Amino acid sequence: METLLLAFFAIGYLVLAGADIGVGMVLPYLGRGPGERREVLAAIAPFFLGNEVWLVATGGMLAGLFPRLEGELLAGKPGVVLLLLSWVLRDAGLWLRSRIPARGWQTWWDGVIVAGSWGLALSWGTLLSGVIGIAGPPALIPAAVLAALFAAHGLAFAALRLRGTLRHRAAVLSGHSGGTGEVRTFALTAVALAVVGVLTGLRLPLDAGSSGSWLAPVILALLPVLVAAQAWVWWTFRHRVTGPSYL
Amino acid sequence: MDTVDLARLQFALTAGAHFSFVALTLGLATLVAVIQTRATIGRSAVHMRMTRFWGQLYVINYAMGIITGLVMEFQLGLSWSGLTDFAGNAFGAALALETVIAFFIESTFLGLWIFGWGRINRWAHLALIWVVVLTAYASAFWVLIANGFMQNPVGYRRDGDVLHVTDFGAMVANPAATVAFGHVLGASFLVGAFVMAGVSAYHLARRTAEREFFRKSLRLGIGVSLPASILTAAFGGIGFGMIQPNKAAAFNADPVRIAQVQAEMTALHGPGDYVPPVGWVAGGGITMLTAFGLIFYLSMGSVPLMLFKRVVYGFRLWHWTLVAAIPLPFVAVIGGWIFREMGRQPWTVYGLLTTADAMSPMTEGQVRFSLIAFTVVFAVLVVINYWLLARAARRGPGEVSLGGAPRPTAPERPDPALTF
Repeated sequence: METLLLAFFAIGYLVLAGADIGVGMVLPYLGRGPGERREVLAAIAPFFLGNEVWLVATGGMLAGLFPRLEGELLAGKPGVVLLLLSWVLRDAGLWLRSRIPARGWQTWWDGVIVAGSWGLALSWGTLLSGVIGIAGPPALIPAAVLAALFAAHGLAFAALRLRGTLRHRAAVLSGHSGGTGEVRTFALTAVALAVVGVLTGLRLPLDAGSSGSWLAPVILALLPVLVAAQAWVWWTFRHRVTGPSYL
Repeated sequence: MDTVDLARLQFALTAGAHFSFVALTLGLATLVAVIQTRATIGRSAVHMRMTRFWGQLYVINYAMGIITGLVMEFQLGLSWSGLTDFAGNAFGAALALETVIAFFIESTFLGLWIFGWGRINRWAHLALIWVVVLTAYASAFWVLIANGFMQNPVGYRRDGDVLHVTDFGAMVANPAATVAFGHVLGASFLVGAFVMAGVSAYHLARRTAEREFFRKSLRLGIGVSLPASILTAAFGGIGFGMIQPNKAAAFNADPVRIAQVQAEMTALHGPGDYVPPVGWVAGGGITMLTAFGLIFYLSMGSVPLMLFKRVVYGFRLWHWTLVAAIPLPFVAVIGGWIFREMGRQPWTVYGLLTTADAMSPMTEGQVRFSLIAFTVVFAVLVVINYWLLARAARRGPGEVSLGGAPRPTAPERPDPALTF
């Protein structure tokens, strides 16, 4: 049960946050000016807060259910430092970019969002290489593959959320085949990310701590509430973006 | 500084920044929820504008709280795997519960509150902010259960180099945690109340156009500050009676007691230095008490003044005093935090695990790199965020973007999409 909980939150993070990380990566391709970029960001704005909590919960599962694994995965890893810095800068960029209506300010933070999103994708890739036991320069290959997957997933998500020219640009992967093609591409990239999560998880030394016997059932009982809260967000923002949002 | 000191400095800078933002988050969220309740029940336009203005400051501040908090969660595994290996079953369980009971819901619903403005039924929107407030309290509660375990470990069994939970109820009822929770909650209300009163006083002193808006806000801030002071002092006083002997000895800087504690601990745990840094502990405690004294007298003096409309509109000296007092509760919470955490040294888990043993096996170069990188990034972001907060506060309710009327650019074709 401990393993299932860890997998649930980790795969949830990859699939959900993978989409907003990917949109950040392809922001310069989708939005060619500050106005367009703000509309692209509106595609992920209502979701990114609710998406990153899946990683926070994954960290919580490691801390409470797999305390030894937590140390093994994180302790002293430079990749973790890069991951955290990228995450911090990307979030700061998202929160800050539209607070000052000046072109230079917005372009700067758009750049930070793009750099942070790439940093996140690549550091996930290097951590993954570490788990599957690839070190040195060859580790860049899985990192590059995973980054490409995040970017593709972001494009697929953007195609579902944007409209007009922006949607057309985002739909490049589904061959502009319209609504069903867009859904199919998104489903495909989502499944691919989930598979990456499962395959990586199978390589982890999953020795659970001693609190799972009482902690795991408590967390399991809470899952329906957490999923319902998220579903409320998905339902509220199920339509395409019609203009800029708060971000 | 040796490697452990560098790692401690890194964690302290992250945690200290996190705490100062979170204190304002907890206090301001509560005040915003109270105002929005008034706005929703009475359909009051001025209260709805107040909700948006104070809500905007809350959201700008929340962003920094969440960013520093995310890093803190993972810094535990990064730099302190000795702690997670040793006490993860107890300490980590509280953090796990924090993520699923509190933070997951808090952040998800805050997103709905921010971006769902105008799309969600107004009663549901009001319910959202209250859920955000209550889960923020729950988050503070579970984090303090984890911290309380480090201050006063209870409900565990030691098996070699690993702790196991034997009595979860005792862990949750740990007075080192529950009393601290009341204290921190009171202090957070104080931070929120002083920010609200100070910003309102600024606008009243500058005679800006929003007289009624800021009169109401000032009265709410002052009105909350007095009971919040009493709550903070009451729980602080109870907590003070329960602190560890070496913290008390260091606070009083009493050489006789310090020598006594050192001798007792040496007898129990073998040779070592068991005295926390006296300067930090005493300095932190005195800073907290001094700042609190000023806060309390200012709050007591302000309550009668706020009852007279002419004073509220005209008494400039009082206005500027309130503006100058905005940093005081921040200084007090940081002082109190230094007192509590420095006073726990040299232990990470009191009496069980020293800070040196809690550290991950890291080289000095690794620690130095992450310390410099995080410090630079956080320093820049903290400065930008306080500047943005001050800017939004100065500009007043006329320029709030939170909850603004949606400005849809003309859609070519309103086609619903199947996301997720």
